[in-house]
Amino acid sequence: MNRRSHFKFHLYVAGDAPNSAQAIANLASFCRTHLAERYEIEIVDVFREPKRALAEGIFMTPTLIALTPPPVRRIVGTLSHTQTVLLSLGLVGLAE
Amino acid sequence: MKSLPPPLVSATNKAPTGIAGFDEITGGGLPRGRTTLLVGGPGSGKTILALQFLAHGARDCAEPGIFVAFEESSQRIVANAESFGWKLATLQKKKLFFLDAQPPPDLVQSGDFDLSGMLAALDAQIKTMGARRIVFDALDVVLALLPDPARRRQEIYRLHAWLLSRELTGIITAKAGGDDDSTAIQQPFGFMQFMVDCAVILNHSVAQGVSHRNLRVQKYRGSSFDENESPFLIGTSGLVVDAAHARLRVDAKVSNERVSSGVERLDTMLGGGYYRGASILITGFSGTAKTTLSGAFAEAACRRGERTLFVSFDSDRNEVIRNLASVGIRLDPYLDNGCLHMVSARSIAGSEETYLVRIKTLAKEHDARCVVIDPVSTWYKSGDDLTAQSVADRLIDWSKGDGITLVCTSLLDEMSNRTENGSPLQISALADTWIHLNYLMQAGERNRGLSIVKSRGTAHSNQVRELILSDTGVTLTDTYTAGGEVLMGTLRWEKERAERVAAEAAEANAKLKRVKLDAEEAELEVRLKSLQTELVAKQVEKALLVRSTQSHEGELSRGRTQMKELRGADATIAGGKEDSP
Repeated sequence: MNRRSHFKFHLYVAGDAPNSAQAIANLASFCRTHLAERYEIEIVDVFREPKRALAEGIFMTPTLIALTPPPVRRIVGTLSHTQTVLLSLGLVGLAE
Repeated sequence: MKSLPPPLVSATNKAPTGIAGFDEITGGGLPRGRTTLLVGGPGSGKTILALQFLAHGARDCAEPGIFVAFEESSQRIVANAESFGWKLATLQKKKLFFLDAQPPPDLVQSGDFDLSGMLAALDAQIKTMGARRIVFDALDVVLALLPDPARRRQEIYRLHAWLLSRELTGIITAKAGGDDDSTAIQQPFGFMQFMVDCAVILNHSVAQGVSHRNLRVQKYRGSSFDENESPFLIGTSGLVVDAAHARLRVDAKVSNERVSSGVERLDTMLGGGYYRGASILITGFSGTAKTTLSGAFAEAACRRGERTLFVSFDSDRNEVIRNLASVGIRLDPYLDNGCLHMVSARSIAGSEETYLVRIKTLAKEHDARCVVIDPVSTWYKSGDDLTAQSVADRLIDWSKGDGITLVCTSLLDEMSNRTENGSPLQISALADTWIHLNYLMQAGERNRGLSIVKSRGTAHSNQVRELILSDTGVTLTDTYTAGGEVLMGTLRWEKERAERVAAEAAEANAKLKRVKLDAEEAELEVRLKSLQTELVAKQVEKALLVRSTQSHEGELSRGRTQMKELRGADATIAGGKEDSP
């Protein structure tokens, strides 16, 4: 994994549901901690853009889609387990 | 939960499923605008039932539907359902939408989540297509991802509230626990059963190597329903549920019309034949001509032009046709003109319920007025007594309800020696007419005997008749009873011959006697004549005698008078003196 990879995230949330709000907060703090200056987050509200959620196959909220670097990964949930997120994004080992 | 449902669900508030029998059980279908829970083990038919509900809605009720597939991919579901002929592919464009919501196998989960995303997506889809029906297939798959029962329950609440607020007629399917089918429905679903308005349990069990499927409506708020387990099968066009007693049916019409049994003398014995719409049971050991008798009935029915279904469990249809042709019962012309439909049920594998539903379907397809099942006792083998009994009930119930004249044969086991005390399926108690066939072993031969054990509403002969099969047909003859024993076959023939000889001898005797009597009569007549002649002669003689005596006396008195005159004596004195000595 390239140390300089740029991360592009889509975070699908369900309005201001508690777990969605939590996911937004968790993602923001995660990125600040581990991906300083090389990330990009788009927050998609499924209530506002249901067709997009349908097309994207988002059935559980919150869902994080990591578009780049490839492969595309999906992480479902509030992202409260940082270790899992790191593992999934291939950032293990870089965290230290 | 936001909207309070009205207290009663009328038939117009039900969404028909299009599943034969199921709408009868539920009195019209699933509750419209409410949620139905479908619980069952693996392979119990949940997905098919749900899909059929959607397909029927989309095709026949102008109610587009959405299928949310949590477990199987939609392509596979559509492909699997292809064989049912629901034309899902054409419906799929506008009226049927499949949402693939299977959690990806490499799904990474970090923390809590909920189903809002899916519901929002569905909202958009519902608006686009105006969906009225929705199915969540295998909800348990996605719920399993949730960390604890409380969260699962919360998501179910969310889903249920969403369904109610959108006024969708919904089905949620869920697996029943594998170990103990009856009660061990996983915890959140146990709770779900309380929440939903209608719950249906599907069962698939195997008893003695035979598969049984049945379903039971566990609850249906605000509606009456059939609470019993109803067997069903997955047929060629979807589910077919066998409603135990047609709930909407009034009493079957009773007919006084007689239909021929195909054997003239049997009709006479029965006072004209079977009743139309009656159930006839023919019992007997193997080889007692049960099939022949039922074949005769089928032929007679076809000759009257009545559509007939002949289900044979024993032999292939061509064998039956050949065998019956050997005794002068020709079925092939009626097969050719379509009047008769013959099915070899050896090809139908399954439980007796399967047989029953198949037969019903076949009879409906053929529009049969007469049905022959040969032999019905096969069912006994493939299940337990209780099911067999209920199937027998339903068989009779169904045939009566549809006015079908039903002839069943039942094989009695020669070894078990259950001769007349009940046929295995207990149809004997339900059947209107029970004909028993048996063998009589006598003088080194077996002969077939026929007797009518019962025949409701008919003055029937109580005699045992001998059943004779020849290449010209089936006929019955009287039997002879001698010394308390029934004579049949050659013994009967001998007896008949003996009687004929005796009769001839008696006739000759009588002739001889008559001749003798004639002779005696003639002789007497002759004697009578000669006696009469003699009598006349005697009478003449007697008359002559009288006359001659009179003239003699006259002569004498005249002589005396002359003498007195000559003597000149006083007539009176002279006379007086003359008399004294």
